[in-house]
Amino acid sequence: MAQPRSLFEKIWERHSITTNEAGQTLLFIDRHFCHELSFHAFNMLHGNDRKVRHPERTFAIPDHYTPTTGLDDADYVDGDTQALVQNLINNAKRNKLNLFGLDDERRGIIHVVGPEQGITQPGTIIVCGDSHTSTHGALGALAFGIGASDVSHVLATQTLWQPKPKSMRVTVSGKRSIGVTAKDVILAIIGHIGAAGGTGHVIEYAGPVIESLSVDERLTICNMSIEAGARAGMIAPDEETYSYLRDRPFAPQGAEWEKAESFWRSLPSDSDAEFDREVTLDAASIEPMVTWGTSPEDVLPVGGRIPDPALETDTKRQDILNRKMDYMGLTPGQQISDIKVDRVFIGSCTNSRIEDLRDAASILKNRTISIPAIIVPGSGLIRAQAEQEGLDKIFEAAGVDWRPAAGCSMCIGVNGDFVNNGERCASTSNRNFEGRQGRGARTHLVSPAMAAATAVTGHFTDVRDMEQN
Amino acid sequence: MEPFTCFTAIAIPMDQDNIDTDQILPARHLMMPRDERYGGYVFKDLRLDQNGNEIESFILNQEGFRPSRIIVAGHNFGCGSSREGAVFTLVDAGFRAIIATSFGDIFYNNSFNNGLLPVVLPEETVQRLRQQLHDGPGAEVTVDLESQTVTGPDQSVYPFEIDAHRRNRLLKGLDAVGYTLQYEENITTFEEDYGDKAPWEMSATLR
Ligand code: SF4
Repeated sequence: MAQPRSLFEKIWERHSITTNEAGQTLLFIDRHFCHELSFHAFNMLHGNDRKVRHPERTFAIPDHYTPTTGLDDADYVDGDTQALVQNLINNAKRNKLNLFGLDDERRGIIHVVGPEQGITQPGTIIVCGDSHTSTHGALGALAFGIGASDVSHVLATQTLWQPKPKSMRVTVSGKRSIGVTAKDVILAIIGHIGAAGGTGHVIEYAGPVIESLSVDERLTICNMSIEAGARAGMIAPDEETYSYLRDRPFAPQGAEWEKAESFWRSLPSDSDAEFDREVTLDAASIEPMVTWGTSPEDVLPVGGRIPDPALETDTKRQDILNRKMDYMGLTPGQQISDIKVDRVFIGSCTNSRIEDLRDAASILKNRTISIPAIIVPGSGLIRAQAEQEGLDKIFEAAGVDWRPAAGCSMCIGVNGDFVNNGERCASTSNRNFEGRQGRGARTHLVSPAMAAATAVTGHFTDVRDMEQN
Repeated sequence: MEPFTCFTAIAIPMDQDNIDTDQILPARHLMMPRDERYGGYVFKDLRLDQNGNEIESFILNQEGFRPSRIIVAGHNFGCGSSREGAVFTLVDAGFRAIIATSFGDIFYNNSFNNGLLPVVLPEETVQRLRQQLHDGPGAEVTVDLESQTVTGPDQSVYPFEIDAHRRNRLLKGLDAVGYTLQYEENITTFEEDYGDKAPWEMSATLR
C-alpha cells in the first residue's frame, strides 16, 4: 500500500526535481506573477545577463501603484509611481512575458486576476513576490510569496529551492450562522491560532464549513493564511472548483480538460493522511468579527469589548497592549460598537470579488452612508460585471465613491488612496499593521457587509441587526 | 554577497513580538532602487516622528544602543509582506544577524539571499540575552556560523540549528542562481517528463 498523502504532499512530490545533500528540494514552478515591485528582481536578472527561462509561465500585472480614479496621466499620484508602472510594462515586453496592461479589461489585483482567468489551477505551484500569493491555494494549488532574489531565481530557472514545510489542518466544523462571512471565519481562525500560529506550516482548510464555501469565499480564506504566519493555505479541489474553472480563458479545454480534471480528482488528501498539527474550530462560535489592534490576531466579535491592559498579570503583555491601545486611540473596556469610524474601504485581494460587492450592495441598497467610503473592484472584469448588475448605481445612490479602475488602492496606500494620520478606517483588506494604510492610520479589518453597515451608521455595527435588501 | 562566518558586535534588545515588515521598512519607501540609501530608512516610523525628529523612547535612539549591528527580538520577527527591502534596509544599516524565537517565513528566506543571518534560539535564551543587553547597553554578542553558536554578553555559549544548504551558501557568499544552474540537466529532464504526464500543464499558458 502506498503511504497516505495529503494534498500538499502530492503537489510537493509531483514538482520535486531533485533534493540536495542538505535536504532542500528543487521545485518546479508552474506559474509566476509579477507586479510593479518586482523591479528589483528584473534588475538582478538583467544585471547578471540572464534570460527568463519560461516567459510563457510568468504573468505581469500592474496593480499596487495604479490609480483607481482612472488611468490618465493626471490620475497618478506622481511621476515616480507612473514610471514604476511603466517599468513593469517595459520589463514584461522586453522579456516577452504575458502582460495584462493598462488598457486591458482583465487587469486587476494579481490574486484576483489569476483565479478569474483560470491561470490558477489545482495541483500547480504558484509563486509571486507578494505574501498574499497564498490566495491561489483556494483552488487546490500550492501558492506562496517570495522575495525579490527568489523572484529573479524563478525568472532565470523556473525553479526554487525549498525546505519541506510542516503541514497543518484547520477543520471548521458545524454550521455558519447567518451574517457570518468567510472573512469572519478566517479572522476567527487567526484569533484562535495567533499571527505566528502557522509559521513554517502549510495549512489545509477542511471540514463542512469550508466545503460549503464558494470559490470567491475560499479565496478570502486562503488569502489571509499569511496573517496566521503560514507559508501557504490551501483547500482541496471539488465540484465547486471544477465548475468555477470550466471555460475560464486559461483553463484547459476539450480533451485536455478531461485529462486535467481526472488528475485533479486524485489530489485531495487521502482519508488517513497525517498532518503535523490539527486544529478544529466550531463555526457556531463564530460571529461577525472586528480587529481592534495592530496585528490580525487582535480580533473580537462585534459585540465584544476592548481588552483592559490593567487586567493583565504579565507586565510585558501589559506594555504591548498599552502600546496597541495608544496607537489605535482606544480606551480599555470600550464597546466595539461604540467606536466611531472616519472612513471605509471596500476592496483588496481579500474582498474585492463580485460576491463581496454584492454583499456590500445588499446593505447599502436604499440607505445612505454617513462617512466617506470607497469601493474598488478587484479587476476590470469585476467592475464590468458589477455595473451590469447595477451595483454601481446602488453604491452611488448611497453616496459611495465607486472607483472605475481596479487595483490594490487603500490596502497598502501607495497609489494615492490612503488613510490620513490618526484616522480610523473600517477596511476589508488583510493587514492592520501600524502605518499599513498610511502613516498613523488606524485600521480595523472587517467583512464587506460589516464595512458597508459601518459606512451607514458611522460606527461598528452588527450586520445581523440590519436588514439586507 | 558578503560571506558570513563569525560576527561580533553591539546588540540591541527589541522586546516587541510580531515586528512586521511595515515597521522595518514602511510601504511608502518600497519603490526605491537598490542602492545605499536603504540604510537610512530602517525602522523609519518607529525611529523618527513626522517632522523627522528622533523618537526618544525608541531603543535604537538611545545612548549605547546606536552602534548596534545585531538585533535580539521576540517572536515572529519580520512577519507580514514579502518585501526584500526590509532585509536591504537592515543590511545597509549595518545589521548582520537577528536573533529571535521565530521569524516570518519569507523574511527568513530573504535574509539568506543578502548575507543577513537569522538565528532561532529558545524563548528562555532570547529573554535572557535581552535582559543582559538592557542591563548593560553597549554589550556585545557574537554569532558564529561555523560553530553554529551565539555567545552572550556574559560569555555563555548557546548552540543553534540551521539548514546545511543555507549555512553553506552564507559561509561562501554563493550566488543562488549559479548554484542552481549546476542542476540544469535535472531541470530539463523534469520538464520533458512533466510535459508527457501533464500536457495541459505545458500548453495551458501558451494560448
Ligand atoms: S490588495 Fe493589498 S494585500 Fe493584496 S496584493 Fe494588493 S497590496 Fe497586497
